Amino acid sequence: MVWDRGAVSDSFPLLLAGLVVTLEITVLGSLLAYVLGLVFALIRRLRVPVLNQAVYLFVEFIRSTPLLVQVFVFFWVLQPAVGLPISAFASGVIVIGVHYACYTSEVYRAGIEAIPQGQWEAATALNLPRTRVWSGVILPQSVPRVVPALGNYTISMFKETPLLLAIGVQDLLNRAKEYGAETFSVTEAYTMAGAFFLVISYVASLLVRRLESRVGQL
Amino acid sequence: MSVNYEQSFNGPMIQFDNVVKRFGQLTVLEDLNFDVAPGEFVTLIGPSGSGKTTILRLLMTLEKLTEGTIYVGGEPLSHLHKDDKLVEANEKHLREARKKIGMVFQQFNLFPNMKVLRNITEAPVRSLGRSRDEAEKRGSELLEMVGLSDKVDAHPSQLSGGQQQRVAIARALAMEPKVLLLDEVTSALDPELVTGVLHLLKEIAETTDITFLCVTHEMQFARDVSDRVMMFDSGHVIEDAHPDKLFTDPDPDPDPDHERTREFLHAVLDRG
Repeated sequence: MVWDRGAVSDSFPLLLAGLVVTLEITVLGSLLAYVLGLVFALIRRLRVPVLNQAVYLFVEFIRSTPLLVQVFVFFWVLQPAVGLPISAFASGVIVIGVHYACYTSEVYRAGIEAIPQGQWEAATALNLPRTRVWSGVILPQSVPRVVPALGNYTISMFKETPLLLAIGVQDLLNRAKEYGAETFSVTEAYTMAGAFFLVISYVASLLVRRLESRVGQL
Repeated sequence: MSVNYEQSFNGPMIQFDNVVKRFGQLTVLEDLNFDVAPGEFVTLIGPSGSGKTTILRLLMTLEKLTEGTIYVGGEPLSHLHKDDKLVEANEKHLREARKKIGMVFQQFNLFPNMKVLRNITEAPVRSLGRSRDEAEKRGSELLEMVGLSDKVDAHPSQLSGGQQQRVAIARALAMEPKVLLLDEVTSALDPELVTGVLHLLKEIAETTDITFLCVTHEMQFARDVSDRVMMFDSGHVIEDAHPDKLFTDPDPDPDPDHERTREFLHAVLDRG
């Protein structure tokens, strides 16, 4: 096995383009997971009729099936059935975002349950309107506490994006594969892709740890 | 500074009418009847588990009663008149009924995500529809009254327990309640901070028309400030008297209820 330094610099622009796609999917997927997860958590907590049961079943379903199966079903079955031309990239964002929303909803649930009963009682005693209790008292206290947990799910999401290679998303791994196939420099291409994942995940997990210690002081 | 709230109703401010409260199999309050007159300061004493706090929580609608009716200012608190009958009230009625009542908690329960002034202005703005300017002006006055003008921009976590409880008192007063419920408000405080809070409450009781219902283990305070003291045991009122009478009752009365009260007072006062 020979390490070709030329291949490293040669593949760099291509891999960087792939990394940008990977990061875009991670960021957009995270936003979807953060927002939808909160919506799921509120529907469950407020026991919204019908939706409550629907969300429960949906979350169970998503958590019991592999992400790759969900990617295939969405892209090859659902998407053509509905007839909407959704790109592989957008499909990836949607499937990953929705998948992780089923996990972040549990994070929000725990964050909401951690608020002491006394806060609810004080809000009742002060006669605050229901929506204001949530927007002014409960969520501003529970959301900051769950930010590190959400951050950890974002890191997981980042590491799962290569699955989207299966539907042709031009992510980091796909670009590495492409470069390796063209030049036979698979060692360099895959090693660099791995190094990108390693460095970014590691730095991100350091950030999450710092966030955790700051949240610990809340 | 004196605060005056108009009184539009001549009957009792609070009336418990055959109130029963059960938690599952456990009966906490059994067929409870009592009245509190407007402006009266009534203290509830008795051993833990005797149902004192449950009375306050029922009044604040934090618990639902099992049977009977509670009237506040002549209106049923958690019931509605419907075809000559009383039916369980909806959230809209409860929101209206709660406007008359404020509560100060043992654990203060300030909102830690809001600064001190915001803790006080939040409910007047969101619940009473006051303008923010108006609420802040009133909030600043109340903070001055409780001696914390310099803490307007502090976060609750930066305050001592005693200071937090003063803010909680100001927060309750900002809603201009006709009835103020005090649930062991000094029990979580360091001993040296208790006097200040009790002194403040005494001053408020003396300078306002607010009706007070107070659960406390501070017997000297109960004696100083109360118009009436009710002794509870196992969900019943076993004594209901002026504090001078209750605390000094010299009759060697064979009535077992009097005996129970004496025992309780001995236990509490000896400990103090």
